[in-house]
Amino acid sequence: MVDGIDLDLVPGQFIAVVGPNGAGKSTLLRLLTGELKPTSGQVLIGNRELSSFSADQLARRRAVLAQHTALAFPFTALEVVLLGMTVPGLQAEVGNARQVAFTMLERLGLEQLAGQSYTTLSGGERQRVHMARALCQLECSGTPPDETILLVDEPTSSLDIGHQLIVLDELVRQKRRGRSVFAVLHDLNLAAAYADEMVLLAGGKIVAAGPPSEVIQDERLSLAFGCQVCTNRLPAGGIPFLLPQACAAAEVCAVARKSPATYS
Amino acid sequence: MAIESLSLPHAASASSDRHALGWRLLIAGGLVLVIAALVSVSVGPTGLTLSDLPRALFAAYSGSGAPADVHARLVLLEVRLPRTILAAFVGASLAVAGAMMQGLFRNPLADPGLIGVSSGAALAAVATIALGSSFAGPWVRALGIWALPAAAFFGGFVTTMVLMLIARRHGTTAIATLLLAGIALGAIAGALTGLLAYVTDDRELRDLTLWSMGSLAGASWQKVLAITPFALVLLLMTPRLIRALNGLLLGEAEAFYLGIEVESAKLRIVTLTAAAVGAAVAVAGTIGFVGIVVPHLVRLIAGPDHRIVLPASALLGAILVVVADVAARMIVAPAELPIGIIMAVIGAPVFLHLVIRRGGALSAP
Repeated sequence: MVDGIDLDLVPGQFIAVVGPNGAGKSTLLRLLTGELKPTSGQVLIGNRELSSFSADQLARRRAVLAQHTALAFPFTALEVVLLGMTVPGLQAEVGNARQVAFTMLERLGLEQLAGQSYTTLSGGERQRVHMARALCQLECSGTPPDETILLVDEPTSSLDIGHQLIVLDELVRQKRRGRSVFAVLHDLNLAAAYADEMVLLAGGKIVAAGPPSEVIQDERLSLAFGCQVCTNRLPAGGIPFLLPQACAAAEVCAVARKSPATYS
Repeated sequence: MAIESLSLPHAASASSDRHALGWRLLIAGGLVLVIAALVSVSVGPTGLTLSDLPRALFAAYSGSGAPADVHARLVLLEVRLPRTILAAFVGASLAVAGAMMQGLFRNPLADPGLIGVSSGAALAAVATIALGSSFAGPWVRALGIWALPAAAFFGGFVTTMVLMLIARRHGTTAIATLLLAGIALGAIAGALTGLLAYVTDDRELRDLTLWSMGSLAGASWQKVLAITPFALVLLLMTPRLIRALNGLLLGEAEAFYLGIEVESAKLRIVTLTAAAVGAAVAVAGTIGFVGIVVPHLVRLIAGPDHRIVLPASALLGAILVVVADVAARMIVAPAELPIGIIMAVIGAPVFLHLVIRRGGALSAP
């Protein structure tokens, strides 16, 4: 449930949405993908309502990396990436598509696993394969990068710190090509380090929005997450970071009950 | 699009090998089907073989009345050839329907029977046999030999449509509801079938028992003509579902993200399956295992991409049923075994082997 959201996604910008569990981050993402329809208000691409696009028109403008994707069939990793070509009407020649798919796997550190069965991959490897698939979809869509949007939901949740950086570096590379990147991130420090803009969502509402330096503040984050956080800046580059302190479980739970959802 | 050019290393070409393997499988399958069809036409209890084909064709074109010629024409062109064609159609339809069901339910163990077609068809067939001399009498007499196939088709199709009504809410079809309601409807149909079977006399009971074991014995060019529209619809509509089926393997949300019109695709898949299986059951009775085992085998060899799975399943299914029909005719010649028994005898052990071999790797997402 989200309410009163006023958000602009700009080409070449990386926006990270953060917030406590149940704040509505995934709901917001699903509104942007077109999966959910708002009960009031609009979701627009350019000046057109999202609902006026057909599914395949949307698929050429935006790609989505969901939080969990289940696949029970023994595709190889490369074949899963090539599923990004499933969009009706997409006709890149076979050789070219394979090249693109393999490049995406390489960028995410998966080139050794290209011929391996998806069912044998670890959770983190699978997550990266799906990221590669979303990238392949956009790459082969034929749409100029600055007219495309990459929507990712917790792309680093199953990854170790090394691979988290690889994925986020790739998101930044995509942003530099002109794509609009919108990521739900649970790791505030990674969000602060990589995003151009951060949006703090709590109780279904935007509590703060702006560059990381503005959003990463002791009081505001403590209120949102229900526990004491201590913020500071890294010596190099002045990137803000935070460390949570010990907190009472009751306070954390109270946060979830605050600001009841009004978007229904 | 600035992509660094590079050559695919060996690991990545494993996928392209599988792709090439898929195409080779299709070509090989086509050849084997032609061979199987020739064997089917040249084998039978009357001892006529392919060498009699020229004589049969001569009789057909010149209208010769010589007994040997007429006999050859009747057996080869009026009995065996339509029977072979029907067998190929039945096998292809059931296998493709199975492949589509496995894609729809995202489960390698799904079977067309899950959407109630087979049980609905069986119920309608039993009702026709059991009530043919009483309530359904006038209608059965009007349709003649078409009564049973028509009943089976409509019974199967209507059951699936009822199922879709149950499972569709606000324009969306819930797959889980479809599955559970399909099981429930199948159980109801089974119960009613049992009830009707109970009130039949011995001869009718034997008739419906044999029908439910499947047989191509009544094959004729009329039946071939009757199923041609279904075959054409399948041939034209299934290729358009390839992308949707591939996308649906990732889940409905993912398929939507990939540009698939999910609700429309689900509707088309279920309707096509119901029509294909309904037609197959109508001409040959219930034949099991083709729908589960064939797509499974194809995936094991050539991977789960529906661009290969659908056509390869059609070919392999056709080959299987054509060969099984030959066996059905020859094992206890001049009598015939019901083809469903042959399929069960071959299919069940193969299925068991697949299950054991894959161990725990069969869980649905």
